[in-house]
Amino acid sequence: MAAPVTPLLEVRGLGKRFPGVRALHDARLTLGHGEVLAVIGENGAGKSTLMKILAGVQPADTGEIFIDGQPVQFQSVREALAQGVALIHQELNLAANLDLAANIFLGREPHKFGFIDHATLHAEAEEHLRRVGLDLPTDTLVGDLPIGRQQLVEIAKALSCEARVLIMDEPTSSLSQHESETLFEVVRDLRAQGISVIYISHRLGEVTELADRVLVLRDGENAGELSRGEINHDAMVRLMVGRDLEQFYDRKQHDPGDLVLELEDVRTPAHPHAEISLQLRVGEIVGIAGLVGSGRTELLQTIFGVTPSVGGQMRMAGEPFAPRNPREAIRAGLALAPEDRKQHGLILQMAVRENASLASLSRDQQNGFLNFNAEEKVATEAVEQLAIKTPNLDQATVNLSGGNQQKVVLGKWLALKPRVLLLDEPTRGIDVGAKREMYRLMEQLAADGVAILFVSSELEEVLGMADRALVMHEGRLAGELARDQLSEQAVMQLATGTPLAA
Amino acid sequence: MKKNIIGILGLLIAIFVITAVLNPKFISAYNMQNLVKWSSLYAIMGVGVAFVIITGGIDLSIGSVIGLTASLLAFTLGKNWDPAVAICAMLGLSALIGLVHGLLVTKAKLQPFVVTLCGLLIYRGMARWVTDNQSMGFKGHDQLNEIFSGKIPITDTFALPMPFVFLVVISVAAALFLNRTIWGRYLLALGNNEEGARYSGIQTDNLKIAAYVICSLLAGISGILFAFELDSVQPAQTGEFYELYAIAAAVLGGCSLRGGEGGILGVIIAAAVIRLIYNSINMLGISTHLEYAILGIVILVGVVADELLKRYTAKRAAR
Repeated sequence: MAAPVTPLLEVRGLGKRFPGVRALHDARLTLGHGEVLAVIGENGAGKSTLMKILAGVQPADTGEIFIDGQPVQFQSVREALAQGVALIHQELNLAANLDLAANIFLGREPHKFGFIDHATLHAEAEEHLRRVGLDLPTDTLVGDLPIGRQQLVEIAKALSCEARVLIMDEPTSSLSQHESETLFEVVRDLRAQGISVIYISHRLGEVTELADRVLVLRDGENAGELSRGEINHDAMVRLMVGRDLEQFYDRKQHDPGDLVLELEDVRTPAHPHAEISLQLRVGEIVGIAGLVGSGRTELLQTIFGVTPSVGGQMRMAGEPFAPRNPREAIRAGLALAPEDRKQHGLILQMAVRENASLASLSRDQQNGFLNFNAEEKVATEAVEQLAIKTPNLDQATVNLSGGNQQKVVLGKWLALKPRVLLLDEPTRGIDVGAKREMYRLMEQLAADGVAILFVSSELEEVLGMADRALVMHEGRLAGELARDQLSEQAVMQLATGTPLAA
Repeated sequence: MKKNIIGILGLLIAIFVITAVLNPKFISAYNMQNLVKWSSLYAIMGVGVAFVIITGGIDLSIGSVIGLTASLLAFTLGKNWDPAVAICAMLGLSALIGLVHGLLVTKAKLQPFVVTLCGLLIYRGMARWVTDNQSMGFKGHDQLNEIFSGKIPITDTFALPMPFVFLVVISVAAALFLNRTIWGRYLLALGNNEEGARYSGIQTDNLKIAAYVICSLLAGISGILFAFELDSVQPAQTGEFYELYAIAAAVLGGCSLRGGEGGILGVIIAAAVIRLIYNSINMLGISTHLEYAILGIVILVGVVADELLKRYTAKRAAR
């Protein structure tokens, strides 16, 4: 296929800053007609920011966007859509209580004399649905469809707006294997119809399968591009992390010590019918992989007492352990760096000092009164030990970058010297440098005898850091993989409910 | 000192100076004594509700709790209860009311607005029913009157009213609690982000309950002080709408209704500003029909100025 002279979409020198973070710097992108461009990069590499700018969700600070060679500026999603650029969100934006036709034409209903023209509405909706391979009555309620099909409805909606560029942000993150394959079919169909797709994914296997070209972002900048023939797993990883994988993770083999945390048939409120048993040993790093919604976060929350278990037994160092709230878990020697740092990890408006000391205040208290010296010491140690970049201890944590915020969360817990550290998506939204520091820290803590249980949606991270991995599927442990059994394929098979071939 | 305290203190001084210049009678010992007394009474309520507001809640029942404790105090003393027992019973009752509010908010997960709105109606109704809605006085209780409404002479003409002494004790304790104890820190943390506080091992429910208990208890103390100050109690009227003055003092004093923000000193100064505005309106011969309008405007301007200041400092901090 000969590339047209003028690309459909071209982006030059795009830059965007947020307080404390440079999200994008001189980002470039070209997209041909009927091309599937995969955009990959680690969390915090700037993919989402780039896509949001392209879709008109937020403006860029610098840079230019051209469509068919004409400069354009998007002040809103509506303006981007008028130029044919549509974003399919990770979280779908459909109204569950409306039917398919109503959703597709929401806000643009065909009308006669101010009344909705239902005949036209349904006829046209049916046509758009057929383009994405959905052969359903147009009066089906969206809420009655599984998530994979809802996504196709969202695509049909974009097509009905005459979108020429579809931006899909991690479209398969909550889809089953089968649903993902259906989606790939649709993407290939659309490409054949001349529609271009920008496809963001963490799943390198999918990218290899689907993409005509790969654009890699790292730390908000272009790290490189791969054309069809060059796309392979190792090449992508090298560009994403900027060095070879082994160096990046720098893992040593651990000799696990005594049993510290033990779960026996534990049931979480989120998946009350799934029983989970696991064991965690001193000095061990265990990863939990699985799809979004497979119950990983809920498992950590139950161990930490946020949502107490509804059955089964836990033991901490041999002692029965059934925390009814985080305080009891903390007293038993656990700590959790939660997935949602801003909601659960930090008191954002409060200073670094106050956040770092929050968990150790009660230990250091003097008859209920604050011990300001101890607080200063805890906060200073956190900043020094973890190299937290902050102008001073009184800076509000809301003004720190993601990586430094995560360090404050960890500093808060390390002051208590926990025996078991639970990490939920420890590197989400932090830059590559901070990531590397995080891995080193995990390594060092494990060497000091802390048992680490971490949840990650980044397969690279699980593959790189875990001594062994537990894979969850629909609330259950679908399987356990020892270090020498760990592979992207094995994890994905277990995560999507496919048993491993013997 | 925090910026918003400087702002509110400036407002207090400005109104004070202007009124003093325009009407020299304003700074007479008698008028000052009254101003200090009423400011103290308002400030005690304001400090109480500040604790609830810091948790992100609200208490609309303060005026009714004042009405109930004042009425029941007069009623029980009229039935010849031992004064000490009667006072303790009122304190116990108001703390119990706060406990119920706190439990309903945290355990039953009801909205504070609804819980305390119902409280507003219930306690007022109870006060009227128990006392048969009769006005009552405190004849023959000179000793109690001396404790709650007496004066400590300072100069020949000026004496410190007892409510001010109560305020000093209460506000020192409240400020120590809020700024110097781990529970005060927890309260501020959970007001900012309740889930985040819980994930850090803070027993958020217990602290919120404590805030409601403190608020109602201080309302109960105010009820006793008001009763002796007014020397008579009308079960249908005593304390009516006072929750709004208390909330206004807390908000003008720097407490955010979103929670997580506030200090004791600001609330006390703001309570004084509110009383001062009343006093100035009278002293300057401005139509008293304008009282509410002027009060509303001053509070609104104060809150807007505070918000603008916050945005400005946030912008500078982000740079």
